[in-house]
Amino acid sequence: MLSHPGCKTYFWQGNEACVQAAIIAGCRFFAGYPITPANEIAEHMAVNLPRIGGIFIQMEDELASIGAIIGASWTGTKVMTATSGPGFSLMQESIGYAFMTETPIVVVDVQRMGPSTGQATKSGQGDIMQSRWGTHGDYTSIVFSPNSVQEMFELTIRAFNVAEVYRTPVILLAEEIVAHMREQLTVPDSKAININDRKKPRPGETVFFGSDEIPPMPAVGEGFNIAVTGSTHNEEGIRFTADPVVHRKLIERLNQKISDNREKLVDVESYNLEDCQIGIVSFGSTSRAVYEAVERAEKKGVDVGYVRLKTLWPFPEKPVRELSNVVDRIIVPEMNLKQIFYEVERVAKGNAEVVPINKIGGGELITPEEVLDAILKGE
Amino acid sequence: MVKRIEIRISGLGGQGVLLAGQIYGKAAAFDRKHVVQTQSYGAEARGSAARSEVIISNARIGFPTVRKCDILVAMGGEAMNRNLKDLKGGGVLIIDSSKIKKVPPVNVKILKIPATETAIHLFKDKIYANIIMLGALANVAGEVEIEVVEEAIKDSVPKETLKTNIQAFKEGLKLSGF
Repeated sequence: MLSHPGCKTYFWQGNEACVQAAIIAGCRFFAGYPITPANEIAEHMAVNLPRIGGIFIQMEDELASIGAIIGASWTGTKVMTATSGPGFSLMQESIGYAFMTETPIVVVDVQRMGPSTGQATKSGQGDIMQSRWGTHGDYTSIVFSPNSVQEMFELTIRAFNVAEVYRTPVILLAEEIVAHMREQLTVPDSKAININDRKKPRPGETVFFGSDEIPPMPAVGEGFNIAVTGSTHNEEGIRFTADPVVHRKLIERLNQKISDNREKLVDVESYNLEDCQIGIVSFGSTSRAVYEAVERAEKKGVDVGYVRLKTLWPFPEKPVRELSNVVDRIIVPEMNLKQIFYEVERVAKGNAEVVPINKIGGGELITPEEVLDAILKGE
Repeated sequence: MVKRIEIRISGLGGQGVLLAGQIYGKAAAFDRKHVVQTQSYGAEARGSAARSEVIISNARIGFPTVRKCDILVAMGGEAMNRNLKDLKGGGVLIIDSSKIKKVPPVNVKILKIPATETAIHLFKDKIYANIIMLGALANVAGEVEIEVVEEAIKDSVPKETLKTNIQAFKEGLKLSGF
């Protein structure tokens, strides 16, 4: 460990950075089931949480893991679980339950190559659409995509803050390569880190599922009478499983509390959007090949601009549309078979040709050379 | 001027390939260089192909894995054969000569370190071969002061094995002509 005044620098894996951030954000309960490449998160949680009065439980499977963190969140605790594709699939039903019951939880999915057990140790970006649409019914996801160890730290903190403020599940969609790589991580002084907590009800309050767009959340044992149900419910939490109006009102609010705040939730890194001839939309580890490809293209006199999606969902429509208005061609490199591609095409509305680069298998990353080839093609 | 060195350490799961890369990466981090260390291994705990990569630079590192390396460390013949195509012409190949008897004709500098034999001879345990190879690597790469690499070893191995690991590291330095 290297020390600077007021902050500390470590040489850590992405998964270790995630644990450190979760603890700083206030996470005191973790339940999980072992799976590569997310294991280091559980491992370090198991070491660190008991030391600070938190609880770590290894559950019997992923269904139980997410059930445990949802229950623990209702005790007023900040909670997290971590898994990979196969476990993430098992958690989908309860992600919907957390959305419906407005339970703040953070789910880390360290992506590997699927479908099924696929290639357990190899990196991928195949869970993009699952993170958006994995559970059933009409819902809106909040999903973040880190591209470095430092961002594993920063976006984990943000995931907790957003889950608490919006009372909803937040997914940190990491990748094997970022989770396992080691890089310098600078942890700022704790006073410099913004931490948000859920809104609590005042004594005597009875409305925890409506009225306000984001209602206050009581904890069990605080003296409030709370009914928590995944079935359609009114503002007091009472079940209404046939009434069309109660259902519409609830589901529209749950979606709107996220879509109304889209601007605040969307976070992108953009570069050279004013003067570019060619655009790139990327996310996660793939963006690191883009940095290098863009530098090399500039040396050849080709101006490239990019939008890097740190928020994947809600989809950053505005910056992608602005890019499509400037350029003729948008390249979309991703380690899957065109998942973000169609989103970019939808938003570009024919303003620009959208060109995919796709690569899956063996953990082979899309290289700067492959991105550069796509940039120079057609020049 | 961007200065960048790319290193790959290759072998089989269980040989300590990942740890060797992790230690050298950590040493570079201690030295305040830009550094990324990545790894690749199979689904099995032992016996499948494993490799560890370290990129050290004086500028931000974008793409995190090695395409063409300046130094290739091979802990076995299979690992050497699989990775030799990715070693730059004029680069350095460091082999465990206890395990690799023949190197195909290539335009690289070859450094032969009898790491496994030395580990068994000195420590009665082949497990220290990786740290002997790390000594040779630290000497050849020269990116980080030797004392700083020793600090990184201290920060990475269990206390009870520290003395032996430092001895193994020094042996690697010596065998590589430090």
